[in-house]
Amino acid sequence: MRVFVHDGSFDGVLTAVFDAYSRRAFPDVLSREGEGLPLFCDEVHDVHTDEAKAGRVWRALQKKLSARSLASLGLCWFSEQPGAAGWIFRYVCKVVDSSVSIEGNWADKDVRTVLQWGRKVASERERLLQFLRFQKMADGVFFAAVEPLYNVLPLAVSHFRARFNDQVWLVYDVRRRYGFYYDRATVEEVSFPEPPEGLKGGWLDPSLSAKDERLFQDLWKTYFKSVAIRERLNVRLHKQNMPVRFWKYLVEKR
Amino acid sequence: MVNESMISKLRVLVEAAKYDVSCASSGVSRRSHAGQLGNAAAWGICHSFSEDGRCISLLKIMLTNHCMYDCAYCVNRRSNDVPRATFSVSELVELTIEFYRRNYIEGLFLSSGVVRNPDYTMERLVRVVKDLRQKHRFNGYIHLKSIPGASRELVDEAGLYADRLSVNVEIPNEQSLRMLAPEKDFKSVFTPMAYIQQGILQGKEDARRFRHALRFSPSGQSTQMIVGATPDSDRDILRLSSALYARPTMKRVYYSGYIHVNRYDTRLPVPATPPLVRENRLYQADWLLRYYYFQVDEIVDDSFPNLDLDIDPKLAWALRHPEFFPVDVNKACYEELLRVPGIGVKSAQRMVMARRFSSLGMQELKKIGVVVKKARYFIVAPGQDSRLLPDLGAARVRSLLSAPGAVRKAEGLQLKLCFES
Ligand code: SF4
Repeated sequence: MRVFVHDGSFDGVLTAVFDAYSRRAFPDVLSREGEGLPLFCDEVHDVHTDEAKAGRVWRALQKKLSARSLASLGLCWFSEQPGAAGWIFRYVCKVVDSSVSIEGNWADKDVRTVLQWGRKVASERERLLQFLRFQKMADGVFFAAVEPLYNVLPLAVSHFRARFNDQVWLVYDVRRRYGFYYDRATVEEVSFPEPPEGLKGGWLDPSLSAKDERLFQDLWKTYFKSVAIRERLNVRLHKQNMPVRFWKYLVEKR
Repeated sequence: MVNESMISKLRVLVEAAKYDVSCASSGVSRRSHAGQLGNAAAWGICHSFSEDGRCISLLKIMLTNHCMYDCAYCVNRRSNDVPRATFSVSELVELTIEFYRRNYIEGLFLSSGVVRNPDYTMERLVRVVKDLRQKHRFNGYIHLKSIPGASRELVDEAGLYADRLSVNVEIPNEQSLRMLAPEKDFKSVFTPMAYIQQGILQGKEDARRFRHALRFSPSGQSTQMIVGATPDSDRDILRLSSALYARPTMKRVYYSGYIHVNRYDTRLPVPATPPLVRENRLYQADWLLRYYYFQVDEIVDDSFPNLDLDIDPKLAWALRHPEFFPVDVNKACYEELLRVPGIGVKSAQRMVMARRFSSLGMQELKKIGVVVKKARYFIVAPGQDSRLLPDLGAARVRSLLSAPGAVRKAEGLQLKLCFES
């Protein structure tokens, strides 16, 4: 059995593809550095991530794939799934080997997996755009805590930056302990070795909140309650559209 | 300025506005600008879902629920004894901005009861949207409900700031409308609709000629019909929808199952529950008109003036037309695939793509997302082993497919409604 060990980056996987073609030897297993090696491996190749090699593979893909499929590949990577490197590797090889476009081939397992995971990650990103809630802090910064299933915060930053272009904001991933801060000019990644103080379950301590923050939260709760039509109550659908795992971060559902 | 007293006002004015079902915030993309607030995503974003399962995308609210008219089907009618409230222009502007900054909403859906006269009311609505756009440089989505009877000048001005304008038909038949809404007739509805249409078309023409032309209601117009308040049939409703869609700027017709807000009014029925199933069937039929290449007379006609409540309109059509089936999934064209119950727009597109690579059997269809349980009576494909519609007969297929637990997909519809324009 032949194993390729990569460093766990997207470029690392693309470099692995490059190496496989230049060595004319394809791995049976892709393994991430630090993961134990499988039993019975008789050949181990260490992939040295190389931007130039990865770039060549990417450009080859750009020639053969639509923007949408390229996006799916990238999104699939953010799924943080243990199998993601393997799906991407095999998908890329299939694209390289085929003389016709494979991207619409729903009957192929790898093509389907990449599309499906791409969609799952995209929809988790979408949910961030839907359900993230800002709280205004006393110093005027708009703060939001989130806890997405996959690591999608980096994929959402451009949206928030475009939309809330004239306000200072900080979005914080509670589970992964990092976030992004925007100061009306640039976005910066910030990490928090310790959970920030004054934050309980994602909510700011009232002493840190802007004076009218509470009022606007109450107004929004009032809106939410009043807009439902009693004759049409449908709690099942309500939960299906707004899964319970988001509730603790939603003003209107706390 | 915004203070605790706003809470009770807000409650009143939301209660007053919530029966308007339109929720879409999509159909337009408005770019963000450096140093300004907001943009509009072309696909629309639902920021919350109320406990009736409906999408909350816009702050749907009335500027005032005082009204000098007396429409029988409306909570806000003059003769109703309900709490009344009015927002000032600046209160509503601030509320919109603050909600938007917290990512609660995509924008504003503003309407109003008629006070003093249509133009007075319309002018105040225009002031809200103008302030949002000009004073606050707000680029979020704005849907404005035009006041019936408002002057052309005001409609024209509103179109410069709003992304979408609408005028609700409410009742699909002029006679019924006059009976229920003595101050309204079709003219008061269709005249502003025509103004909007002219504005949009003129705006497009200007955009071709001048680089900096202002956009006029770029997301078109929409309207709403109340279902079940009058004896009008689904054929009456859908024929009107189909005629409205034939106009170049009509983007959406919404259907709102009648809720008896005014129980004592003897001109109106008192249904125990709102006709949600019928409403749902109308939306399905509406989709067939817009995305499935159906003509209205194929869905309802003089011998079938009402939609079948037990099965969806596409299945109903299929059962009336056994001669069209079976459809060969590997040969049929896109439009033919769309006629098969269990095959939707997405799966039909995927099938057309996927069969370029290999022939499609039942296994592949399942993976593509076809509802095979439903489609199998209507198609031929390798691995297909059930008997077909022409052989089984319509009654048998109908009973097989309406068995409990056979296929249930209808409820997700409301969500989808909000996402497409
Ligand atoms: S004009 Fe509008 S708000 Fe007034 S009663 Fe009629 S439907 Fe209601």
